[in-house]
Amino acid sequence: MSAEADRPAVAPVATGQPRSGLLDLAIRYGFLALLLGLVLFFSVFAEGFSGPRSAVFIFQSVAITGILALGVTCTLVVGGFDLSIGSVATSAMMLSAYVMVVLEMGAGAAIVACLLMGALIGVVNGLLIVKFKVPDLLATLGMMFLLVGLQRIPTEGRSISTGMTMPSGETANGVFSPFFLAMGRHRFDVVLDNLVPISVVFLIVIGILVWCFLELTRHGRLMYAVGSNERAAALTGTNVNGYKVLAYVISGVLASVGGMLLAARLGRGDIASGTNLLLDAVAAALIGFAVLGAAKPNAFGTAMGALFVGILLQGLTMMNAPYYTQDFIKGAVLVVALVFTFALSARRAGGDG
Amino acid sequence: MDRSFCRIRGLTKAFGDTLVLRGLSLDLPAGQVTALMGANGAGKSTLVKILSGVYSRDGGRIEFGEQDFAPAGPAEAIRAGIVTVHQSINDGVIPDLDVASNLMIDRLAETDYGFFLKRKGLQRAAREVAAAMGIDVDVRRPVSELGVADRQLIAIARAMAHAPRLLILDEPTSSLSAAEAERLFGLIERLKAQGVGVLYISHRMSDIRRIADRIVSMRDGEISGVFEGAPLDYEGAVTAMLGHGLTEADLTPVAPGRPIAEMARIALRPGAAPFDLTLRSNEVVAVTGLLGSGKTALARTFFGLHRPAAGEMRIDGTPFAPEGPAAAIRGGVFMSAKDRASNAVVADFDIARNMSVPFLGAFSALSFISRSRERASAQDLIGALDIVCRSDRDGILTLSGGNQQKVMLARWLSRSCRLLVLDEPFQGVDIRSRRDIGAKVRGTARGRATLVCVAELDEAFEIADRILVMHDHSVTAEFRNSDIDVGAVLAAVTGPGARAA
Repeated sequence: MSAEADRPAVAPVATGQPRSGLLDLAIRYGFLALLLGLVLFFSVFAEGFSGPRSAVFIFQSVAITGILALGVTCTLVVGGFDLSIGSVATSAMMLSAYVMVVLEMGAGAAIVACLLMGALIGVVNGLLIVKFKVPDLLATLGMMFLLVGLQRIPTEGRSISTGMTMPSGETANGVFSPFFLAMGRHRFDVVLDNLVPISVVFLIVIGILVWCFLELTRHGRLMYAVGSNERAAALTGTNVNGYKVLAYVISGVLASVGGMLLAARLGRGDIASGTNLLLDAVAAALIGFAVLGAAKPNAFGTAMGALFVGILLQGLTMMNAPYYTQDFIKGAVLVVALVFTFALSARRAGGDG
Repeated sequence: MDRSFCRIRGLTKAFGDTLVLRGLSLDLPAGQVTALMGANGAGKSTLVKILSGVYSRDGGRIEFGEQDFAPAGPAEAIRAGIVTVHQSINDGVIPDLDVASNLMIDRLAETDYGFFLKRKGLQRAAREVAAAMGIDVDVRRPVSELGVADRQLIAIARAMAHAPRLLILDEPTSSLSAAEAERLFGLIERLKAQGVGVLYISHRMSDIRRIADRIVSMRDGEISGVFEGAPLDYEGAVTAMLGHGLTEADLTPVAPGRPIAEMARIALRPGAAPFDLTLRSNEVVAVTGLLGSGKTALARTFFGLHRPAAGEMRIDGTPFAPEGPAAAIRGGVFMSAKDRASNAVVADFDIARNMSVPFLGAFSALSFISRSRERASAQDLIGALDIVCRSDRDGILTLSGGNQQKVMLARWLSRSCRLLVLDEPFQGVDIRSRRDIGAKVRGTARGRATLVCVAELDEAFEIADRILVMHDHSVTAEFRNSDIDVGAVLAAVTGPGARAA
């Protein structure tokens, strides 16, 4: 063909695009490097930041948020979203207080009641979504409002604590069982006396369980398949609706665990607590997308995301940054992480379609 | 020189370390239809995306109408007169809007349109465009209510509204029936007469014979052959594209074994003529027919996704009425669905994970997956099906269409089954992969029944021992695939015919 004649020497390839190796590295380890850098920075500039007590404090501050975030992660994996976790947690806090203080029952009853409530709410959320086809955001938003109201009805909007006056005029004489309070307050002696609070142990154990479930079992794998391509998953015989409901049940149960830990730490059913839980948990789960370049919800990333926010806030607090900068910083971190996830990872995947 | 003359010289493009276009040079004359053929991975889609402004080139020159052509984006390419209809239909239409808005959307996007919609004017203009294209639908209907064929025609009509000087069509007939394709060809001929250049990407021999003035073969990022002058040397073009000769689909029909899947007096939908169907062990049966003839309904019936209006099914003699895919799989019926991007590919998964989805239980103990066993199985299948990839851990979307389809087939070949149903397994697959897939399906067919739904007759001839033709949701003709009378099959496809022997 004639065109071959005036063909120029083959132009240099990949001009000015040194991206593949370096960019790949940045996407994979950028966030962990940032985390490490943050720790080093605060260790140098924030007095008292480095040390086991400070580390444990950070863990403790993110424990409840982290547990909730792991639940949200499960719903994100199946392509859903659970906006009700914050109110599930506060409902569990109120319910456990109500069972012990007003009904004067033991810790066991309170724990069982809370777990059942979390699972039940998960089932209802799941059924609203898979059977009644309500979009996930709307179904769980509705559930959120419903629970915020419901948890205040029995006490007519009052916080629950021993000695409170009930709407009927009687005094509630029950007390928080010591065992229950220990869930929020007990500390194990590790190297130092009273070092590791039990909530941190909860976070680590639940984190490992959720990670194993999502990464190592076939149920976790199929949940990812449902989230990535629901129709393809259904056409391989996967019980798509079942896995979706399961994700919301996990989310509900973990949120109620978080709520119980909150109740145990406070020692009362405080209606003003837990307002930040939802947004902090969602932020941690979304930041988790950026960890190791996963670009998808994952348990390890979620834990790192929660830790990242915890370290940042603790460090800033110790450097005497005013409290109102905290939300701003969280928002900034989230936006940067999302850019990491969606812009950079997407570019890496670019190629000849 | 004509304004529409497009000259490409020494075009290069690389993704990472992979050189996709290696100094490609090509002329696209005005008023001619240039058919472009190339196996997947040859760089066809990269070439199209550079011409349509989606990618920028790394090196080389493109002259369009004697001017240097380097579009900053798709909009600029369209303004310059290069208009592309991409293969994926849904890229070309917005389902939630009505037909009129879809046809005129580019007009709406222009800055001088004004703030408010002028509904009446929009609909009138849309009706004109639709009439010119021979699209016979109410322009007020939402596109989501239309079938695939109408959507495809609307996407093409949209392209026409730009008054292209070079029109690029990427596998435009893949979802059109013969009559609809003929409408498209008529339109292409009119454009040709107006001096518009057409770059027509297709592997369909019938399309190319019907419409092309010249054939250009692409291989490994370069032009490997240009064929002009009547009659067009199709064989030569395929040889240039593959790098080796066209092996005849010399198919020896196998001796069918005992019946495996049976349908008795099945009516696929109320009012459809009931039919009987027996699929035997060892044999591959192809089902063909026009779009909407019920091929997919038949496939879905076996997989428990469609409940027939009447009749019963048996597998190995026992009644079979699966409630859904899970039950069908338990009963020994596997199905690879058509339209792999939306029905089969799990985009977030790598090759190994995509293969194992239906049979994870086989790779796990106490629900824990053995990744090493999963990967070993995937590596075996990659070897068996000649899947071109770096490793079983490659993301599925890094593969070419043909290789993605092989992974989808491997998913269902990893376990043995009684009946394997393949719905459109050659959709968006290049010729070489198509041959590989056909050979693999036939090579593994022993001991099971295989049902393959295909839109194209030559695909049926390549793979089947027996060919069934469907019309109006019923099987209307049946042929043995040896010394077959192509004319008779065609007649059966286009109109209800007598059941031939």
